[in-house]
Amino acid sequence: MMVSLVIDVFLLALLVLIAVMVVRTGRLYAVIVMSGAYSLTSAAIFVNLDAVDVAFTEAAVGAGISTVLFLAAMAYIPADEKPSQNRNFLAGGICIGAGALLLLAVMDLPSLGDVMAPLHQHVAPRYLAESGSALHIPNVVTTVLASYRGFDTLGETIVVFTAGLGVLILLAGATQTKRVKLNSRKVAAKTAKPKSLKPKSGAKTAGTKA
Amino acid sequence: MNQNPVFRVVAKILFAPIIMFGLYVQFHGDFGPGGGFQAGVIIAAAFILHALVFGLQAGRQIISARVNLWMMVLGVTIYGAVGIVSMAKGGLFLDYTALTGSVGSGQHIGILVVEFGVGLTVTSVMLALFHAFAGFVEDRGND
Repeated sequence: MMVSLVIDVFLLALLVLIAVMVVRTGRLYAVIVMSGAYSLTSAAIFVNLDAVDVAFTEAAVGAGISTVLFLAAMAYIPADEKPSQNRNFLAGGICIGAGALLLLAVMDLPSLGDVMAPLHQHVAPRYLAESGSALHIPNVVTTVLASYRGFDTLGETIVVFTAGLGVLILLAGATQTKRVKLNSRKVAAKTAKPKSLKPKSGAKTAGTKA
Repeated sequence: MNQNPVFRVVAKILFAPIIMFGLYVQFHGDFGPGGGFQAGVIIAAAFILHALVFGLQAGRQIISARVNLWMMVLGVTIYGAVGIVSMAKGGLFLDYTALTGSVGSGQHIGILVVEFGVGLTVTSVMLALFHAFAGFVEDRGND
């Protein structure tokens, strides 16, 4: 109990430290790497809470893929944040006020691991009792995710799918026909390259017009 | 792309074990931590590592943009199809017990298939996102 408390305090302090560093640094590469570290630290906190499934997802998605995708997106934007001189005291005041209200609300939450909390009184006891014995699936997280809450997970999968489609339409040249056209132009431009550079620039302007 | 032999050798050594671990996470999700979402990301990470070291074109030769798009669609379709099949067998939408008639095997098969659909969609969407971001830059750099 004591050890877990010490680990929790250490990890939360680390989170605050990383968050402050993210706000203070102007170099965006450092920001991306530190947000990866932030995700990894939160994953460690989830492990400490015995939520290994969530920790797994946080480590794989938050610290892994997001960092890579952010780095890939970094190529579009300058490496440094634009220095900002204006200090908006109204916005700062609103932030501090909202934070104080949230802290106040946290006081009303049931304490961590409280068996009598409403969360543990509703459907959770049935899931815990049934999953292993009736459904023969020991990992309750999986049964809740895929079976009891199958509709929600279907929705989640569709959200992931839609997000992927949206990015493809915005970035990867939208429809199949357009991509084929662009590719054939590029191939034509590349094969024509030794002769002169004119076809290449022509293909480029045509591509931007279309 | 990357001529550094250390990167190339490490990427070659790690590629298969990462996918193996992803498949373990995918199909062992009933018994331990894991499932379609995590496994999808891990498998996508293997392909992204490959594309980072050997170039986007080499990555596209393994899974072309067209196949990638179809994988996205197929994953969601598999998930929905499980629901339709369970309805056809006389149960409710996504009622896995109706798939075989018994709770034990029905739930197992239903969850495995559904998680496979999730994993397929997540893998292909992550790959598509990476190629959309990184590929756009490479195209622009060539111009």
